[in-house]
Amino acid sequence: MDFNDSTEEAAYREKARAWLAENAAAHRAKWGELKPNTPEHMAAAKEWQATKASAGYACITWPAAIGGGGGTPIQSVIFGQEETKAGLGYGYFTIGLGMCVPTVMAFSDGETKKRFVSPAVRGDEIWCQLFSEPAGGSDVAALRTRAVKDGDEWVINGQKVWTTGAHYCDYGILLTRTDPDVPKHKGLTMFWIDMKDPAVECRPIHQMSGGREFNEVYFTDLRVKDSQRLGEVGDGWKVALVTLMNERLAVGGSAGPNYREIMKLARELAGATGPSLKDQSFREKLADWYVQSEGLKFTRFRTMTALSRGQTPGPESSIGKIISANQLQELANTAVEMEDQYGILSDPEVAPAEAAFQQSLMWAPGLRIAGGTDEILKNIIAERVLGLPGDVRVDKDVAFKDMPTGR
Amino acid sequence: MDFDYSDDQKFLKEEARKFLAAHCDVGVVRGVLDNADRSFDEKLWKGVAEQGWLGASIPEEHGGLGLGRVELCAIAEELGRAVAPIPFASTVYVLAEGLMAYGSDAQKASILPRIAAGEVIGCLATSEGPGVVGPATLQCRVDGGKLSGTKIPVTDGDVADIALVLASESGRPGLFLVDLKGAGVSRETLKSLDPTRGVAKIVFDGAPAERVGDAGAGFEVVQGVLDRAAVLLAFEQLGGADRCLEMAKEYALGRYAFGRVIAGYQAIKHKLADMYVKNEVARSNAYYGAWALNDGAQELPVAAAAARIAASEAFWFASKENIQVHGGMGFTWDVDCHLYYRRSRQLSLVAGAPKVWKERLVSELEKKNAA
Ligand SMILES: Cc1cc2nc3c(=O)[nH]c(=O)nc-3n(C[C@H](O)[C@H](O)[C@H](O)COP(=O)(O)OP(=O)(O)OC[C@H]3O[C@@H](n4cnc5c(N)ncnc54)[C@H](O)[C@@H]3O)c2cc1C
Repeated sequence: MDFNDSTEEAAYREKARAWLAENAAAHRAKWGELKPNTPEHMAAAKEWQATKASAGYACITWPAAIGGGGGTPIQSVIFGQEETKAGLGYGYFTIGLGMCVPTVMAFSDGETKKRFVSPAVRGDEIWCQLFSEPAGGSDVAALRTRAVKDGDEWVINGQKVWTTGAHYCDYGILLTRTDPDVPKHKGLTMFWIDMKDPAVECRPIHQMSGGREFNEVYFTDLRVKDSQRLGEVGDGWKVALVTLMNERLAVGGSAGPNYREIMKLARELAGATGPSLKDQSFREKLADWYVQSEGLKFTRFRTMTALSRGQTPGPESSIGKIISANQLQELANTAVEMEDQYGILSDPEVAPAEAAFQQSLMWAPGLRIAGGTDEILKNIIAERVLGLPGDVRVDKDVAFKDMPTGR
Repeated sequence: MDFDYSDDQKFLKEEARKFLAAHCDVGVVRGVLDNADRSFDEKLWKGVAEQGWLGASIPEEHGGLGLGRVELCAIAEELGRAVAPIPFASTVYVLAEGLMAYGSDAQKASILPRIAAGEVIGCLATSEGPGVVGPATLQCRVDGGKLSGTKIPVTDGDVADIALVLASESGRPGLFLVDLKGAGVSRETLKSLDPTRGVAKIVFDGAPAERVGDAGAGFEVVQGVLDRAAVLLAFEQLGGADRCLEMAKEYALGRYAFGRVIAGYQAIKHKLADMYVKNEVARSNAYYGAWALNDGAQELPVAAAAARIAASEAFWFASKENIQVHGGMGFTWDVDCHLYYRRSRQLSLVAGAPKVWKERLVSELEKKNAA
């Protein structure tokens, strides 16, 4: 029972730290000036990714021959921790490298892999995941985007939604329906596509948080070669499950202020009867958040232990997002309420310290939905960890075209 | 990174589970529950002593096995799972651990071997009535080495041989060792919400008392004792919470309503998922506590508080929702849910309620951030 590094782990951490100390500072100075989701920010992110890739710190667990670091899962976690401590980390590559490219690697021929993997590792090309549709979010397999075979090509028509990064991505993995006459899971097929194809139209969606990170994507007679197929025809669900399994590992730590930041705020803010930090009800909440954040941190240590012992962590990692997303929402709301009337403000010029909480308040709802809603994650725990039966499925043996659809 | 039980510790834990399955089935627990004049199971107590558990972490020179604290945590987890009706926590987590941390050489040499041999039962006496005992309200007094005053309630105080008692001496708090079989002690057994653990009111009237730890440092010493006990109690709570989840799952998989097992209904599935999440958060915090306790780390106060808060919450939630999942059956005396519900409350209160620990945690965090 010890969370200190083993000798090899400590050596790796030391090396990573030294490398970061040498390479990160200049980059961070530049990065700190840039506004997220601007072309300059993206360029800086790509530059940092390439720098990491050259040193073997990008995709650490992938073989060096394809541009990875040739390392172990635990080394990857260690580098991630050090990179976060160094104040770096971009979101642009998470979906591509965490979910899409591993799927391409698992289901494509050697030539395709050779063409795509290294540029993705270096950050030269960015990938997105085109799964969700207006008719299929939690129930992804209810999607309707059609792919129809035409000689050696497929013709694709339909619409995706909530696609993070589609507007700046170069490629995407696309789940389509190729056979509506069989039950929904059986008629799906996966492809990789070129996002810059004129038959792909991307319309950014304005999020409640004010940002425009995700999109609607329309396909009008998009033609893809049969060689762009990932996996067999009709096997798309199996392929998608590999992507979704990787998603659980990729979506991890909570982004945003935690108990430390709110404690600092509470120390400075006046409450009804003294400093907010002395308010008893606040202190109890603070204790709960501490216990949860630390519990989550130590749960990750337990995952790392499993990794160091050569085991693969399972669906139990789902607890991380449930806890962190809900906590972020509660904590941000408490911060805003603590500010009393001032909590209404969200102008970063006037109230810079408060802005982070405001931002979290408006981002947390998305965090509770993206990558699986709270409800779906609880189903995963109940069914795959605890072994309870699945929900009643009225659509199991019904051909997709006969399924009730509502809107 | 090695943040889990080792293989040896897992083996010990499995052996403990087997022993308790054989010697502490629910019949043993109910034997104490249903019998008003028994507050622990003597036969199990002897068996546990023979296994060496009472002296698991006591050094070999004092008759123990000299194992680490993580091993003791593993045993605690199994005792919690089995809702073992024995005064293990009072004797081992409080008296033995307390003496090892704060006792004089003479106190250790005289008492630790007797604990390891199963000859002595301990208890901790701090409470003097409803509410939190504090410097301003402390009534028990020691004058010229003689203790007077009343402690109520004292867990295991009805059967204990030795008590650690919080009392003031020359107006300053101290922790005192008192022989409950000696002169000047009278006690009365009281009813408790968990009849598988006894409680008493103890009246001291000039009972000989010997100080443990520094003069005037009673609250610090008692807090140090409680920090240690809190980690071990957290493992008992975790064991109980895990068992509740298991019971709820087993029942839900066998009970039919509206034509299918209730385990297939999402309200029940999500309830069990919530239990699982709370138990895992508690487990992770408990492991941190185990590390801090075992290594004597300066993080212990914070780690102990976090472990205790998380474990109290997990066991409370699991024990109450376990009854809910069992429906009407869960509300009967004959089904075991209430054993865990009772124990969850007993364990949450015995070393200070979660509210008190939350306050302690936050004040520790304040100190840390001020420095
Ligand atoms: C910020 C953000 C980024 C995203 N990025 C991407 C992306 O890059 N690529 C992509 O493909 N998708 C992306 N998504 C989509 C995301 O995966 C879906 O929004 C999510 O899976 C939920 O689907 P939905 O929005 O259709 O909600 P619905 O599935 O319609 O759910 C509505 C409500 O019903 C509940 N519900 C649904 N089914 C069940 C059930 N079986 N049991 C109990 N409750 C149920 C849900 O929990 C929810 O509360 C993103 C979403 C967000 C918010």
